[in-house]
Amino acid sequence: MTTNYMGKATSRVDGRAKVTGAAKYAAEYNVPNLAYGYIVTSAIARGRITKIDASEALAVEGVLQVFTHENRHKIAEDDQSYEDEAASPGSPFRPLYDNQIKFSGQPVALVVAEEFEIARYAASLVHIEYKVESHETDLSKVRANGYEPKIKRMEGFEPVKPRGNAEKAFQRAVHQHDAEYDLPIEHHNPMELFASTAVWEGNGKITIYDKNQGAQNCQRYIANIFGFPMDDVRVISPFVGGAFGSGLRPQYQIFLAALAARELKCSVRVSLTRQQMFGLGYRPNTLQRVAIGAAKDGALEAFMHDALANTSRYEDYQEMVVNWAGSLYQCDNMKFSYNIAQLDLCTPMDMRAPGGAPGMYAIECAMDELAYKVGCDPLELRLKNYSEKDQNEGKPFSSKELRACYRQAAEKFGWANRKPQPGSMRDGSELIGWGMATGIWEAMQQPASARAVLTSDGKLEVSSATADIGTGTYTIMTQIAAETLGLPLQDVTFKLGDSTLPQSPIEGGSWTAATNGSAVKKVCDAVGAKLFAMAQKMEASPFANLKFEDVAFSEGQMRLKNDSDRGVAIGEIMRHGGATTLAEEATSSPDEAKQEPYARYTHSAIFVEVKVDEELRTIRVTRIVIAVAGGRILNPKTARSQVLGAAVGAIGMALEEESVVDQNLGRIMTHNLADYHVPVNADVYDIDVIFVEEHDTIVNPLGVKGLGEIGIVGTAAAIANAVFHATGKRVRDMPITVDKLF
Amino acid sequence: MNNKSGVETAGNVSTSLPPKSWITLKINGAERHLEIAPWTILLDALRNLLDLTGTKKGCDHGQCGACTVLIDGKPINSCLTLAIMHDGAEVTTIEGIAKGDALHPVQQAFIEHDAFQCGYCTPGQICSAVGLLNAGKLRTPDDIRELMSGNICRCGAYPNIVAAIEQAMQSEGSAAQ
Repeated sequence: MTTNYMGKATSRVDGRAKVTGAAKYAAEYNVPNLAYGYIVTSAIARGRITKIDASEALAVEGVLQVFTHENRHKIAEDDQSYEDEAASPGSPFRPLYDNQIKFSGQPVALVVAEEFEIARYAASLVHIEYKVESHETDLSKVRANGYEPKIKRMEGFEPVKPRGNAEKAFQRAVHQHDAEYDLPIEHHNPMELFASTAVWEGNGKITIYDKNQGAQNCQRYIANIFGFPMDDVRVISPFVGGAFGSGLRPQYQIFLAALAARELKCSVRVSLTRQQMFGLGYRPNTLQRVAIGAAKDGALEAFMHDALANTSRYEDYQEMVVNWAGSLYQCDNMKFSYNIAQLDLCTPMDMRAPGGAPGMYAIECAMDELAYKVGCDPLELRLKNYSEKDQNEGKPFSSKELRACYRQAAEKFGWANRKPQPGSMRDGSELIGWGMATGIWEAMQQPASARAVLTSDGKLEVSSATADIGTGTYTIMTQIAAETLGLPLQDVTFKLGDSTLPQSPIEGGSWTAATNGSAVKKVCDAVGAKLFAMAQKMEASPFANLKFEDVAFSEGQMRLKNDSDRGVAIGEIMRHGGATTLAEEATSSPDEAKQEPYARYTHSAIFVEVKVDEELRTIRVTRIVIAVAGGRILNPKTARSQVLGAAVGAIGMALEEESVVDQNLGRIMTHNLADYHVPVNADVYDIDVIFVEEHDTIVNPLGVKGLGEIGIVGTAAAIANAVFHATGKRVRDMPITVDKLF
Repeated sequence: MNNKSGVETAGNVSTSLPPKSWITLKINGAERHLEIAPWTILLDALRNLLDLTGTKKGCDHGQCGACTVLIDGKPINSCLTLAIMHDGAEVTTIEGIAKGDALHPVQQAFIEHDAFQCGYCTPGQICSAVGLLNAGKLRTPDDIRELMSGNICRCGAYPNIVAAIEQAMQSEGSAAQ
């Protein structure tokens, strides 16, 4: 038995629960006397409600109440109460607040009944009259209205200041490429429908099983809006059926379930339908211009990247679309801009690699186009302009094994055999296209706390209020804790998804491994130190004259580092010390003095093969090789799944996904999984994930960089570039559907 | 006011509920009697009335496959069928796939190959795979890709799902020999 778990491919600790149906999601807590809520949504995009007639709905047997803005009881009126950790500047959406309609699909009533089917039926009987106002939902029509957001969402989201003179350098450049790249609205569409089961506890307290990426974020939201003392609200979410960013903010069903439970004094479940999921946030429609000037040999002389994305009328949603080229490529003349324009839609939300996935799509397609203009291999162009430091910040990288990513992925893919001419490679009736791109994402860390309780039977429970949305959080935290205290994996339990657990930020930005992992490591070290103090007091202690640094934990024992044969069982130490439990809580924060001098990023290189039917123009992504430099890999099995899944997401982004807006109605028409296409099994062939060795002592104590986003960054560009190589057709608006290849 | 079918109406709208009737479902080997309204789909009956929440609702329109269960051994979308239509049928849900503590080879292979992330589509994936394997329809990886395409996995675990089912096919093959 070895207890060195970090870096070892380990099956998910929650795997058995997930394959047997035992894992319970938000809508699956069947508490006694549960009432069911069904949401009625707005049929118009802009205007106001002039009349709501719920009399027919209320007359249906079994209907308990119909909640609207007219009859709901007091809720908070100030913007601040509705803000959350992932909010953008502005005035957050307030469900059932007043008669104003801000977007099609806005919740306007909640029908609560004794049975789900009754609520659903009665919801069809709620009659709403509107005063319709003219709306605008087309970003291309309001380009002139774009503005630089006055209040920044967070530091680093604004475009960096121009360097050199990009305009002038572009005009003088031997090779010029200037084009626009468009990305449509995309919806996260996690498989689990957003739902909340609000349990009215009878003593003024409320417990809500909810789908989210941050239990404490939702707890604060509900407490602030309804005026509950914080301790009277508990939000629980042990299993989350995917989110991809859509759970970073509290969604409106948690508000509705809490509202109904508080007013009816009973437990209420509210689930969204798949159609209603298209009334939640989304990746915004993003129009980008990339202009690159290069010398004869392809050396970059000018790089300009301008983005315009949509937001709502009530919040200035922002993400970092531009700036990436400044971190990735060596160029003295760079200029970036980022503007947003308001539409009558709900506010966009962070979707897997927000900013990075759209921005790098445009940058890496443009680099491919430039490679053809220069007449050099696309990989050579990247290597020629490889940046040894982040020019945006003027800082060296904490680590950057991108060269190794390029090399290893290219070798595995067989890139050297590529014939550059588009349409020059084929397999029977299919044209073969080979394309490549680069990926980059920030390696972030946030403050977080964790608790550890060790009992003398050798069982350890560690907890932190983060989430596992399929990312593998349960498993990697268990591995970190087990290795730190040298315990068998099965004796360690990690708890998350409960607002009563130690403080954690929302689970996003690929920061959870670094953030909560560092806290788990720290708290387990604290328990270890206590054990050490206890062990030193034992009779004839082998540790008596040593320091804590001289010991390590493995195989259930505390051992001398330089003589691992000498050790004492943890249980024995606790018995001698007269302790049945050892409990510690610790908070870890980023070491800013250490991190600040460095730029900290994860990198990747992606190589893609597509096969395009010569006549039908159907596209198959037959091979993806993606090499990732993501620091230390805690669990190669779940890590690979993260990258693989994100690459599948990129297939959707490149070839399938589009939330089509009917501009006449201001309404998303592809609002179901038959019309909003996502990759299915038959769309996916070989995906090869390589983790390049990368040591980083700067990013955090564990040396991990995070892997949730990197797999989707640049990958859609590699697919688009491969489609060009196959067909000679450059499609600059996603998704690349068959009709665009004729 | 009563109309011919005995349903209360207000204007043209029915305000009373459709009458319920008793049905028997043999679920995971056990007989379950339930009083059910005609408008209750099998999926909601399982999740809301029988507390068998392993079967998932992902779209309610037969577009995602998360609700797949086996009826008399065949995989179906439980969201596209009314519970009342299955009086007397044998229903196997994800809770009934393992034999006691012993996981089904497909379940075991899903864990080993990390064929899921969030786990929400997993019960449907496993029920589809078990049903297709039982029917002898899966012979090649391309069969798996094609026939498993009614089960969407938004986490994108498809290559691992294919690998897991291939392993289960082999273990079933060797068990049969």
